[in-house]
Amino acid sequence: MSVLTVAMRQKIRDLFPRYPNKQAVTLPALHMVQDEYRCVPMAAIEEIGALLELSPAEVFDTMSFYGFFREEKDKLGKRRLWVCRSLPCMLKGGEELLADVCKKLGVHPGQTTPDGQITVEFAECIGACDGAPCVLVDDEIHERVNADQAVAAASK
Amino acid sequence: MTFQPVLLARVGKSDSQKLSTYKADGGFAGLKAALAKSPAEVVDLVKASGLRGRGGAGFPTGLKWSFLPKDHPGPIYMCVNADESEPGTFCNRVLMEDDPHQVLEGIIIGCYATKATTAYLYIRYEYGRSYRVLQAAIDELYADGLLGKNIQGSGFNLDIYLHRGAGAYICGEETGLIESLEGKRAWPRIKPPFPAIEGAFRKPTVVNNIETLACVTHILARGVEWFKSIGVPPDPNNPRDAGSYGPKLYGLAGHVNKPGLYELPLGVTARELIDVHGGGMADGRQVKAVVPGGISMGFMTAAELDTPLDFNGPGKVGCLGLGTAAVIVVDDRQSMVDVLYNCCRFMAHESCGQCTPCRQGTSWATRILERIREGQGKLADLAILMDIANGIGIIPGTTICGLADGAAWPIKNAIKKFRPELEEYINARRVAKEPIPPEEMHPHLHLVGLHDPAQRAQAQRAL
Repeated sequence: MSVLTVAMRQKIRDLFPRYPNKQAVTLPALHMVQDEYRCVPMAAIEEIGALLELSPAEVFDTMSFYGFFREEKDKLGKRRLWVCRSLPCMLKGGEELLADVCKKLGVHPGQTTPDGQITVEFAECIGACDGAPCVLVDDEIHERVNADQAVAAASK
Repeated sequence: MTFQPVLLARVGKSDSQKLSTYKADGGFAGLKAALAKSPAEVVDLVKASGLRGRGGAGFPTGLKWSFLPKDHPGPIYMCVNADESEPGTFCNRVLMEDDPHQVLEGIIIGCYATKATTAYLYIRYEYGRSYRVLQAAIDELYADGLLGKNIQGSGFNLDIYLHRGAGAYICGEETGLIESLEGKRAWPRIKPPFPAIEGAFRKPTVVNNIETLACVTHILARGVEWFKSIGVPPDPNNPRDAGSYGPKLYGLAGHVNKPGLYELPLGVTARELIDVHGGGMADGRQVKAVVPGGISMGFMTAAELDTPLDFNGPGKVGCLGLGTAAVIVVDDRQSMVDVLYNCCRFMAHESCGQCTPCRQGTSWATRILERIREGQGKLADLAILMDIANGIGIIPGTTICGLADGAAWPIKNAIKKFRPELEEYINARRVAKEPIPPEEMHPHLHLVGLHDPAQRAQAQRAL
């Protein structure tokens, strides 16, 4: 049983003509898998390696560099809520916001709520500094939020 | 006379992302002007404009283009750097989200000038909206014949592909970006060879920032004289100064009444930015420190607010440079220990780990500041911090890329400019308010004992 679906394999192959080699499709392929499964299982790493003509170790090496990707044991919740803690947000209460969100959800940064809905993480600058404090729900920015608003945005 | 925005002229208008409105507003005049010239003439024009890269280093754009080998059989690649991650910086996101065609036109012009036939726009994952807006805009351009084969009957071919990052600051370093694009860990490369000679996929490559390319659009449409009428000419006393021409997007964040993105001629002072554009300090407070262009650049003091924020100004008061012109304002209630800790923690988190001085130095600095913030600091810690700061980076010659210089500068500036406050904090054994204890924020460090009080006491005795 393969982890990559037929459709995912096709989407990965469709990207090959964009680059002079297949290794360049590593990040796009990892994104596809994590979007689908909320983690990148080891089996997917092997299958991506086979598709891109790389050893699984090469794919894993790249994946593990980016703290963004999660292994199966650390699977993301349905939504990832990143709370920015970098300087512009910190000056506007970003660290307190992160603490409030964690308290409200009963988790530490990096952990997922027991119902599997929200994974809370601290973020380094997400580029919405005039709207501090800000959070990212997956890849959508929400500006000037309190803990209630941040959790509500990630609960959808 | 108030300055009329150019780069932000269409931001906030309805349907500003659409090709139809962009054309109605005079869009693609720059490309038309470019296609009427030879690629070499476009390079010369951009050289003559004095445009310097907006991504942080301020390298002259036309000069960068001219480093590509002549008569290369190809392919030549353009990598567009949209990995904007420097704390305080958000101008590229606004351009991409609200006026993507202005950016894409600049990319097309830049590729025509450099004879690149493929452009990879490397965009940080966090910018989901930018990604979707840009993809829709690119689709419009293909449908309209402005991308693809034989653009506008010129015989010039170009494809633009979006490539999403995965949350790593180091991907904004141009060779880190290239490595990441190639599907590897984003470890910056030793230079030379520079990307112009051997870049993406070992081919000649030009890496340009989003705002830089948006400026190219306007230089072609409005001319060199227009661009040079804005900003600051070269300092006659500094033969190496290439001037600071053109409009610049200044990000303003922190303790001001009106944080936002302001387009102004290069050379505005921090004081004008805060008082006139930013509506003054929030809650009637006083300025304690100002970050001139992203935290890597260090700090200016309240006494240095009249420093012009051009490519030379911040350096004259001991900052690393103008950086991304992302201005972060810190008021007099804020502890500089907390500010410095925040900067050090960011750099430790984002160091890619390739060079030992950076990987270890940024972590040591962070651990020392944690100790100070637990009321366990010693005055000697400031000397240790300074030693670390002086030993890491391209400037002392110990690292491959400039991340460590950006990590060193906040430390150097804070200790030099705010020493009495740091000493008072240490002597009074002040303890920081910590909304989240480090062992919850970084549990893996707790596991190896880095937050274990007994181990920490032992380490202190050893110092």
